[in-house]
Amino acid sequence: MWPAMITFEHVTKRYPDGTVAVEDLDLVCPTGQITVFVGPSGCGKTTSLRMINRLLEPTEGRILVDGNDVRERDASVLRRDMGYVIQQAGLFPHRTVLDNVATVPMLLGVSRKEARRSAAEQLERVGLVPELGKRYPYQLSGGQQQRVGVARALAADPPIMLMDEPFSAVDPVVRGDLQREFLRLQDDIGKTIVFVTHDVDEAVKLGDQIAVFATGGHLVQVDTPERLLAAPANEFVADFLGGDRGIRRLTFLASDRVGLDESDVVDSTVAPGLLEALGDAGRDWALLVGADRHAVGWVPTSGVPAAAAARPVERTFNPAADSLRVALDSALLSPAGRAVAVDDDGRVLGTAAHADILRAVTDEVARSQRVEAAS
Amino acid sequence: MNILSGIFDWLTSADNWSGAGGIPQRMLEHLTYSVVALALAAVIALPLGLWIGHTGRLAFLVVNLSNAARALPTVGVLILAVALVGIGFTPVLLALVALAVPPILVNTYEGVRSVDPTVPAAAKGMGMRGPQILLRAEVPVALPAILLGLRTAAVQTISTATIAALVSLGGLGRFVFDGLARSEYDQVAGGAVLVAALAIAAEGLFTLLMITLVSPGVRRRST
Ligand SMILES: Nc1ncnc2c1ncn2[C@@H]1O[C@H](COP(=O)(O)OP(=O)(O)OP(=O)(O)O)[C@@H](O)[C@H]1O
Ligand SMILES: [Mg+2]
Repeated sequence: MWPAMITFEHVTKRYPDGTVAVEDLDLVCPTGQITVFVGPSGCGKTTSLRMINRLLEPTEGRILVDGNDVRERDASVLRRDMGYVIQQAGLFPHRTVLDNVATVPMLLGVSRKEARRSAAEQLERVGLVPELGKRYPYQLSGGQQQRVGVARALAADPPIMLMDEPFSAVDPVVRGDLQREFLRLQDDIGKTIVFVTHDVDEAVKLGDQIAVFATGGHLVQVDTPERLLAAPANEFVADFLGGDRGIRRLTFLASDRVGLDESDVVDSTVAPGLLEALGDAGRDWALLVGADRHAVGWVPTSGVPAAAAARPVERTFNPAADSLRVALDSALLSPAGRAVAVDDDGRVLGTAAHADILRAVTDEVARSQRVEAAS
Repeated sequence: MNILSGIFDWLTSADNWSGAGGIPQRMLEHLTYSVVALALAAVIALPLGLWIGHTGRLAFLVVNLSNAARALPTVGVLILAVALVGIGFTPVLLALVALAVPPILVNTYEGVRSVDPTVPAAAKGMGMRGPQILLRAEVPVALPAILLGLRTAAVQTISTATIAALVSLGGLGRFVFDGLARSEYDQVAGGAVLVAALAIAAEGLFTLLMITLVSPGVRRRST
């Protein structure tokens, strides 16, 4: 099965009590991409999601998958083609982890043996050891249960995944792990994913495209995370994205144009005169590297460059891969106030001061605005 | 004479274990009444309880009716039934079924209703249909409560089936009531001991069913 495109056409949902949960929603969730629905509580995210697999029916308008109205298909059959993950995982307490994951393939008529075999593969995919397959859900941690929930939704290899706050019930550290693994997994499987969250950071981290909803079920803006942060459509979106929107934008700016300086990168054979010269030039610290050019630590230019006295390099950045946010973080964590740039193998390329990084920020912002104006 | 040794003598006397009206025959009769009543009650109460628990419909009405029914004196029901349909097996069955339905119905309903709602929600979202959700997701999780209801009903039915003797039927109640009429208290107590033994056996049977039928994933959670 190949990924499919989901289209909302003038979709309105009015509950029997008169609540309008979604109003005149027009939206395309592109093939093979993660579309995140984000917005304050009660803005209709869950309602919109549940109309895709017909757990709810629109009052007006229609929802298409690959051009076909979802109402043309039997609801239960349709749902077996769409992985569904919910906040509390909803695992079957009476089934082993393996049999939980095998649920949908067995509904589709796959033999128990075959379903269990593919279930074991899915467990591995979501980072669970095969031994966990024999356990019951109550024997798992919250994070493991969510992973099983994801594995279960993936088991029949559906083209579409619908995920309603799947990671919000676990602690922040586990959530970070789950998010990273989820992105890695999506790189492999390239499903069409609709992901509901009320966490802006999660939306920005995971979304290829973010749909921001406002209370009353209005879609306010649909954009890539980068453009959303750079150009919120109105005050509501800007407020919702939060105060450090500018800082978050750094995540999307490449660090490959940061000017690097190699003069303060020294090894243990450095001549004392050179350190003195650095000190005279106002550099209190030099970066000591080993013979393999891996960073050892920051040493004061006033003393001897001994590894024992070095202050550790807490964070480095790779100009070929990391954002300016990582570069700035590296500078802020360094006693010298300088970021350490390394190549793919961890060899030091040079260092950069706060000011160098901020100059790169200014350039990158200007560049992205030019690109935007041209498009 | 010591009452215990009296019971013992009565229970071990070879005469009591043979022929028409002997212990084996009365026990068989007693079991027949109980099993038929329990089966009939289960046929009525299980589907109803499952349906009410699954859909949430009529729950208020049924639970209240059941609780009211629990307060009915079984002997009263028996006399009423005799008045309506005459002497025979039917009034006994009616009284025992009326006794057994409420615990099965209420426990089944409560069991299904108290399944974590995310479980049926996830089942539906995965593409299970109504009956599949009920049978593959809700019933296995509610099974301890369902079996508990059946066990309660079984024990009550067995102990109450003694009343069959009141309307000239058989069963272990014969020993009790005949013994009382003839002031043969060894026989009264012996009959009661046999009834208790059957009830305990039923408890054991359902405990065994609990161990074999309920998934470890559910059993651990409920203890
Ligand atoms: N069954 C229902 N009947 C009536 N109103 C409902 C029903 N379900 C949801 N609503 C209302 O519809 C609106 C949208 O609800 P929905 O669950 O889609 O919000 P949400 O964006 O997912 O919120 P949250 O972030 O809190 O999960 C809310 O005002 C909610 O109260
Ligand atoms: Mg929601």
